[in-house]
Amino acid sequence: MGALNQLVIGASIGAVLLLAALGLTFTFGQMGVINMAHGEFIMAGAYTAYVLQPLAGGQAVLAALPVAFVVAGLLGLVLERVLIRRFYGRPLDTLLLTFGVSLILQQLARDIFGAPNVQVRAPGWLTGGVDLGGLRIPYNRIFILVLAVGCVVGISWYLARLKQGRRMRAVMQNRQLAAVSGVATERVDQLTFFVGSGLAGLAGVALTLIGPVGPTLGSAYIVDAFLVVVAGGLGQLRGAVIAAFTLGVLNSFVEFWTANGASFAKVVVFAVVIGFLQVRPQGMFVLRSRALS
Amino acid sequence: MAPAGLAVSAVLLLVVAPLVLSPFRLDLLAKYLCYAIVAVGIALAWGRGGMLTLGQGVFFGLGGYAMGMHLKLAEAGPGKLPDFMSWSGVESLPLLWKPFANPVFTLVMVVLLPVVVAVLLGSLVFRQRVRGAYFAVLSQALAAAFVILLVGQQGLTGGTNGLTNIQHFFGLDLYDDADRRLLYLIVALVLGLAYLGVRQLAASRYGQLLVAIRDGEDRVRFLGYDPALVKTVAFAVSAALAGVAGALFVPVVGLLTPANLGVVASLELLIGVAIGGRYSLAGAVGGALLFNYAKTVFSEELPDSWLYVQGALFVVVMVWAPRGIAGLAGQLRDRWARRGPLRPVSYPAGADRPQEVST
Amino acid sequence: MSEALLEVRGLNVVFSGFHALTDLDFTLRRGELRFLIGPNGAGKTTLIDVITGLTRPASGSVRFDGRELVGRREHRIVRAGVGRTFQTSVVFEELSVVDNLDLAAGFRRPLPALLRRRRGVSDAVAAALDTIGLGDLADRPAGVLSHGQRQWLEIGMLVVQRPRLLLLDEPVAGMSRDERDRTGELLRTVARDHTVLVVEHDMDFLRRFASTVTVLHEGRLLCQGTVAQVQADPRVQEVYLGRAKEAA
Ligand SMILES: Nc1ncnc2c1ncn2[C@@H]1O[C@H](COP(=O)(O)OP(=O)(O)O)[C@@H](O)[C@H]1O
Ligand SMILES: [Mg+2]
Repeated sequence: MGALNQLVIGASIGAVLLLAALGLTFTFGQMGVINMAHGEFIMAGAYTAYVLQPLAGGQAVLAALPVAFVVAGLLGLVLERVLIRRFYGRPLDTLLLTFGVSLILQQLARDIFGAPNVQVRAPGWLTGGVDLGGLRIPYNRIFILVLAVGCVVGISWYLARLKQGRRMRAVMQNRQLAAVSGVATERVDQLTFFVGSGLAGLAGVALTLIGPVGPTLGSAYIVDAFLVVVAGGLGQLRGAVIAAFTLGVLNSFVEFWTANGASFAKVVVFAVVIGFLQVRPQGMFVLRSRALS
Repeated sequence: MAPAGLAVSAVLLLVVAPLVLSPFRLDLLAKYLCYAIVAVGIALAWGRGGMLTLGQGVFFGLGGYAMGMHLKLAEAGPGKLPDFMSWSGVESLPLLWKPFANPVFTLVMVVLLPVVVAVLLGSLVFRQRVRGAYFAVLSQALAAAFVILLVGQQGLTGGTNGLTNIQHFFGLDLYDDADRRLLYLIVALVLGLAYLGVRQLAASRYGQLLVAIRDGEDRVRFLGYDPALVKTVAFAVSAALAGVAGALFVPVVGLLTPANLGVVASLELLIGVAIGGRYSLAGAVGGALLFNYAKTVFSEELPDSWLYVQGALFVVVMVWAPRGIAGLAGQLRDRWARRGPLRPVSYPAGADRPQEVST
Repeated sequence: MSEALLEVRGLNVVFSGFHALTDLDFTLRRGELRFLIGPNGAGKTTLIDVITGLTRPASGSVRFDGRELVGRREHRIVRAGVGRTFQTSVVFEELSVVDNLDLAAGFRRPLPALLRRRRGVSDAVAAALDTIGLGDLADRPAGVLSHGQRQWLEIGMLVVQRPRLLLLDEPVAGMSRDERDRTGELLRTVARDHTVLVVEHDMDFLRRFASTVTVLHEGRLLCQGTVAQVQADPRVQEVYLGRAKEAA
């Protein structure tokens, strides 16, 4: 029983991780950009829901989903256009650059919304939960899970079926080849950044369902989200899904089994990722390429 | 740095500063010098070795907690418990703490703990050719996990408050101005030794090899070297320096908390190096001093805008001066030269350029 | 001691379904200078990659001086005495020519020597500098070298490692006529006291400098012999001319 319960908790941690990491698999995966400000895009998504609350009332979360996607997406687009595009081929410098941006955005949020956390009310139909033979699964957790799965399905469909999606995949697999085959890689990069950052916005909305919203909301998730991408393999949707849920479940079980578990969970997760990289240094799934580095 | 510059800096740090600075300012300088010791290590690992380490706070913390534990035990006296333990209801001294009553053991651990963690992480990760951004992300994850661990073990580590209220350091009274000046001199000397040691290392064949690995790890493999080993050594040296810095930080500041060594603190250790110039040891030291001085000034005058300034610093340095202040002259020279006659293309030293040696 | 220095047996290399090398057997005798030719994509570079540990074969063995190389890490293979160059030369641009050579000569050095600064030029480095004819540029950063000079520096960096087998991947590609001649002479010098395998396309170059030639085609060994024999072989003509027709 306890194990089953932990599994459910783990799955819901995994779903949150996945939402936070999905956008990164695009920006990190396709463009090799480590965007530390991704966490602040998550935060922006969460505050979007907060801002919409007076207008949409109890349904703010639903209304916020599309709006947050666009808000965070636009933030990403601006960041890409203004700064990141000067930095291609310099991943480490990009990391530090975007860390600076993330500090600025955090302080901006503090100045606009105040330092204390704010609360977004969940819609009525998300309070309560289902009982499965003594096991209680809250509706808001189910909602997050559904949202995460929905995003994955949507993205796969987009990558496989739509023209822009296929272009995106082409660039992800071989940038030079795509470029000489007439794909406007710069346009694709912009789109990638928009979609990747927009997904962070969705993650932010989802996070309002399980906790308060504050300026450092995103930075709490960003490190774990990057771990998911590293373990899953660059630009690999499947990898990210498996990694997110594995790490989520692992996290919840370590917390459950060790006294004072939350303290050890992160260390164990870290050790497992390092151990995993011993077997698969490039993550779960790899795009084979001939380049040495 | 030329010998003359070195001599001038030594005189400034060892003679002039203790004479002209107020005890309060000298304390601050001692703290900055601790960060500068970390910066020397980062310049080696990142500037020379290309390993962007975002977890330097972990090593700083390992050295710091090792020293802090010893000082707390010395403070409490034989057979007694450190103050925070009685507050959190711990009744007997945890096993982990016991050996730290011994000063020699403590001093060894200050260096050994960071080195062991760095060697473990480095050999596991570099051997698998995990590098660049991947390594950066992993080192950051380590810092995040470390802080959560520290915070969670309230009875063992003092939790969020950390180790506070440290009043003596190997016989020095930390409330006495003269003794504090002595402490300052110790820190300055350690920084000098670290600087000279790393400078020697960087100028050696090993240093050349390290740079070669940064610029073409796979090529170096085919010269018969094991890049993982070479990198691990540099990483371990940088960890040892961070550990020593952390150990000195504790008596200088009188406390150590998880906030001093988390993800953000680790990045702050780095930004000084970036500002000063990662490819120049002197630049790294100067940058660390400058950055931390700026932080003090801003936090005093305009606490709310400090994050803006810090964020803007990252952006400005990366966009306009990736080689830092020390690299500005070279950058201007390059720009000027680009207008002159055509030269064979060479990559700017600032770029972590992609390598491809086989088609 | 056997005659053969390098014995490749039953080598198969597969890249996600694509067979880059198929059941390849290949032998190099001690002291030999061998040329390896074949159309683009024949698997020449792949063969060198496997020998030097960069690529893992699906099956087969590579024995060097009686010892198995497959499964060993790259730097161990170099230490065993196998050196290589790359199709696109990679030298360390910020280091001087001498420093590049000194670095390449270094893996045998004891630790204390590694921790010291380079003082002067060791005999081996001086000799290599002389062989490759870059004495005048010794203290210039390698970044200023021309394409040809870089290739020579690479060959020099190989020679100072004192390997017993040299694998050169298209050393004269992209060189001027003059540079090719000098490279050819350099090869002759080097081949005097090393076993050398050279990947090369250029027929003219081959006629002038090669004695024994091995032809690869689509991952298989096509034929082997003197330049004249190989050129007369109808299969070789077919492979090269067929390709030429396709391209036309
Ligand atoms: N890592 C790789 N992944 C996929 N295909 C590869 C890889 N390396 C080589 N190939 C393929 O194997 C074949 C042989 O390549 P190569 O050995 O480079 O040929 P050559 O050097 O003779 O021109 C080519 O068709 C090439 O595309
Ligand atoms: Mg080839």
